Amino acid sequence: MLALDRVSKTYPNGVAALARFSAEIRQGEIIAIIGGSGCGKSTLLRAIAGLDRASSGTVTLDNEAIASPHAKIGIIFQEPRLLPWLSVADNIGFGLTDLPATERREKVVRALERVGLVDKAQAWPRELSGGQAQRVAIARALVPQPEVLLLDEPFSALDAFTRRDLQDHLLDLWADTRPTLILVTHDVDEAVVLADRVLVMRPRPGRLFDQIEINLARPRDRNSPLFENFKRSVLTSLDRSLDRSVPDRDATQGPGQAMWW
Amino acid sequence: MTMVSDAPALQQTSEPADNAAAPSRAARYARPLLGILLPLTLALGWELVVWLGWSNGRLVPPPSRVFATIAELARSGELVRHIAATLWRVSLGFAFGVVAGTLLGAISGYWSLARRLLDPTVQALRAIPSLAWVPLFILWLGIFETSKVALIAVGVFFPVYLGVMGAILIVDRKIVEVGRTFRLSGFAMIRRILLPAVLPAYVVSLRVGLGLGWMFVVAAELIGASEGLGYLLLDGQQLGKPAQILAAIVIFAILGKLTDWLIELAAAPFLRWQDAFGPAKGA
Ligand SMILES: Nc1ncnc2c1ncn2[C@@H]1O[C@H](COP(=O)(O)OP(=O)(O)OP(=O)(O)O)[C@@H](O)[C@H]1O
Ligand SMILES: [Mg+2]
Repeated sequence: MLALDRVSKTYPNGVAALARFSAEIRQGEIIAIIGGSGCGKSTLLRAIAGLDRASSGTVTLDNEAIASPHAKIGIIFQEPRLLPWLSVADNIGFGLTDLPATERREKVVRALERVGLVDKAQAWPRELSGGQAQRVAIARALVPQPEVLLLDEPFSALDAFTRRDLQDHLLDLWADTRPTLILVTHDVDEAVVLADRVLVMRPRPGRLFDQIEINLARPRDRNSPLFENFKRSVLTSLDRSLDRSVPDRDATQGPGQAMWW
Repeated sequence: MTMVSDAPALQQTSEPADNAAAPSRAARYARPLLGILLPLTLALGWELVVWLGWSNGRLVPPPSRVFATIAELARSGELVRHIAATLWRVSLGFAFGVVAGTLLGAISGYWSLARRLLDPTVQALRAIPSLAWVPLFILWLGIFETSKVALIAVGVFFPVYLGVMGAILIVDRKIVEVGRTFRLSGFAMIRRILLPAVLPAYVVSLRVGLGLGWMFVVAAELIGASEGLGYLLLDGQQLGKPAQILAAIVIFAILGKLTDWLIELAAAPFLRWQDAFGPAKGA
């Protein structure tokens, strides 16, 4: 289980990007984080990834405190961030150098098959389309089999078609090993399609505003009335989060606070 | 340098040959030929002018006489001796300059404390016109090989130092973060992320450094040498042999271009991944 306990982050320039964010996330759960621009979503994700240190509060994975990048936690950024000097296959195998070469090659081949890029194995990253590159980034993050995969607006730079395709693809890949997914998104549709639970954040300082459980069986039908209902409730919550006249629900009462150790 | 204009031909070697519309043999040679057209016309024109007797070509000897001089020098074995002497100096100076520039540049780029400590001094030294060192080097190191090699090394040092430091400083934070998420140790981070990331800029700085090395070897050999291409220049001036001066210049051009091409050739396999407007170019 991933536990966030009152995670706060104040940048050196004094911006309070994150204030007392608490949540508990079950192993294998898919979480979508949604909220206005600048409300600290990326800050939160970077704290979980161990890329930046929280100013206060703790992130723990199975009771182990996270202060620096961890083998069980992978991250996918908004841009693919492939290493331009490595072939697609070597990019995917980047995190596997500890393994013997044959095992490594097997895993890479399997990952290539899984993301449908076998024919691109020896291509350079510059030869890929945006969607292909992001698929390589997903494969690279998944191939070491992390328990938690963080995704910071991974599909936001893609067209609607490719985005849908990759969302389905991500769910497919998730089903293989069922890691915990924490996905930052601006896209309500994406949140409702993917997530078990949507966390709505509110800005200045960034904090948790609301949680919405999406009790919908997968695969989800984007056109069903139920789907529309969930979308509407996420949208309503999002609107309220940006409306300053709406008072905070006391976030400390949320389920994330049920921590007694 | 206009004498040797095969640059476009070199670019071709670094481009993948899988171009869908592979240019025909004729078209492939047409481009470099275009570059040779102007100097060739001028040379032939001048040859003609002298041949027709419109000029005696004493101060500006026609190409035929320049090449005759080269052939003469080659036959007597002089040419090899001079070229060997100059090449040796450039190689040694280049080697020392590159090693020092790479080491200090890497330290300054990687370690900000060292940069604050070291860089102001290096920049101040860089502001000194390098030829100003000549008297001091001669006083310290004598007029023989050591002072010449030192001068060349100084010329090579600065562009390499600046190139390495600058390249490290502008490595993309986003790429470094990828290394961090895979928990690369300091050494692995250097080997797997920083080194490949700075390589293109490093190759450029090596080529700039080599260019300066060739510039400084002339300066060093003009100051006092009994052999070397620079000596040929000086000898030609003192004895009034313009054909010999031009011969030395032509050989400088060929050697300069050739050594530059060697660096490009050696680096090409490591830079195939580059996604740039054109192949990386030196100064
Ligand atoms: N390195 C930094 N230094 C100082 N302030 C920062 C830094 N990074 C982010 N901030 C500030 O912290 C706040 C939260 O930023 P963050 O990037 O986490 O927002 P976000 O929710 O991801 O926004 P978006 O949806 O636009 O990506 C913003 O006000 C931003 O200006
Ligand atoms: Mg963000």
